[in-house]
Amino acid sequence: MPHSHDHSHGHDHSHDHGHSELSDLELRVRTLESLMVEKGYADPAALDALIDTYETKVGPRNGAQVVAKAWTDPAFKDWLLQDATAAIASLGFTGRQGEHMVVVENTAKVHNMVVCTLCSCYPWPVLGLPPTWYKAAPYRARAVMQPRAVLAEFGVSLPAETEARVWDSTAEIRYLVLPQQPEEAQGLGETELADWVTRDSMIGVGLPRRPAAEG
Amino acid sequence: MNGAHDLGGMHGFGPINPDPDEPLFHAPWERRCFALTLAAGFTGQWNIDASRFAREQMPPAEYLATGYYEHWLFGLEQLLVERSMATPREIASGQVELEPKAEARILKAGDVTKALAKGGPSERPVEAKPRFHIGDRVRTRNINPATHTRLPRYARGKTGTIHLAHGAHVFPDTNALFAGEAPQHLYNIRFDGTDLWGPDAEAGTCAYIDLWESYLEPA
Repeated sequence: MPHSHDHSHGHDHSHDHGHSELSDLELRVRTLESLMVEKGYADPAALDALIDTYETKVGPRNGAQVVAKAWTDPAFKDWLLQDATAAIASLGFTGRQGEHMVVVENTAKVHNMVVCTLCSCYPWPVLGLPPTWYKAAPYRARAVMQPRAVLAEFGVSLPAETEARVWDSTAEIRYLVLPQQPEEAQGLGETELADWVTRDSMIGVGLPRRPAAEG
Repeated sequence: MNGAHDLGGMHGFGPINPDPDEPLFHAPWERRCFALTLAAGFTGQWNIDASRFAREQMPPAEYLATGYYEHWLFGLEQLLVERSMATPREIASGQVELEPKAEARILKAGDVTKALAKGGPSERPVEAKPRFHIGDRVRTRNINPATHTRLPRYARGKTGTIHLAHGAHVFPDTNALFAGEAPQHLYNIRFDGTDLWGPDAEAGTCAYIDLWESYLEPA
């Protein structure tokens, strides 16, 4: 069984080159959309707006803003760890799949990572839609049992004395990891710091890193 | 239900293989399937627990052989039929044969931003006092319902410690069946790796799992 089955159907059948045959899935979804529109269950303009929201407006840059603010503003950090839903809402990030937020802090002694073993729960308002690997079987199967091995695959080697805590999102509570601020990033401003915060560091499978030089 | 979706602790799936350059959607149909599923949710004919349960009913071999948005598509088609919004023939042909369901609402483009920002909180006020408190030791029940539950198999019959009390939340096991929200106290529970996996646990690991009160008994 190839591990990357999530990719394969898209790549096998629909290369977006115009005249190629439509895949079965493409046809099945088009048929369903036309039925739902015809029956008055879906407004095509609303479908476009839903897609546009998650393609262009809501994504991990939101979460990076939350983390950068927590790194530079101790009062905000306290609030975030006490009442993440309210603290995050104060920056304008609310709603679907982020109704009840909890932020967990990484320290020298504790490393947190987030999974949803039963489906693919993920904090949309701060991270957008989840990457394929987060939704696929290998991560969902292994994160709870072998967090250190999984982290190593993401290039994070955890010291033996650091506890690995895995948060399984089984309810409507959504978890965001507050990564440790790197030593090299001390003293930077909030805007610069946000560029150090990666999506993976807020899921807990990566660490913040120096932004790639522009150009 | 003990379905293929309940993956925690399974072996044999291989490496994670993240793709750092992957697009948000891998094909146009994924984009439309995502939006149709969200829009259909706003018709008010089902709830998030019912939509998870619908996806879980995909046959296990098929579930493991298909991607995320194929699970969504399966669940959406299933719910449209189950809630008398469409027939299988309509879904196959795209041709309307059955009157649209009168109670179904429609999400308009102008309301999308507001609707998403509002979300659907699951916390509810309840009279009942919480049975457990932070620091209490609890054991999860060994249950195997054939219907929806959020107590994963790997965490059944296991002992842990209450770490957070989240207040009372809609109970998915009943809500998925349209049998009522029946809100219950919800807790986050810490389980040591060895209590979940025995001698095969990695050293220095633990899992924190959100579980409803009726999944738990005092340890």
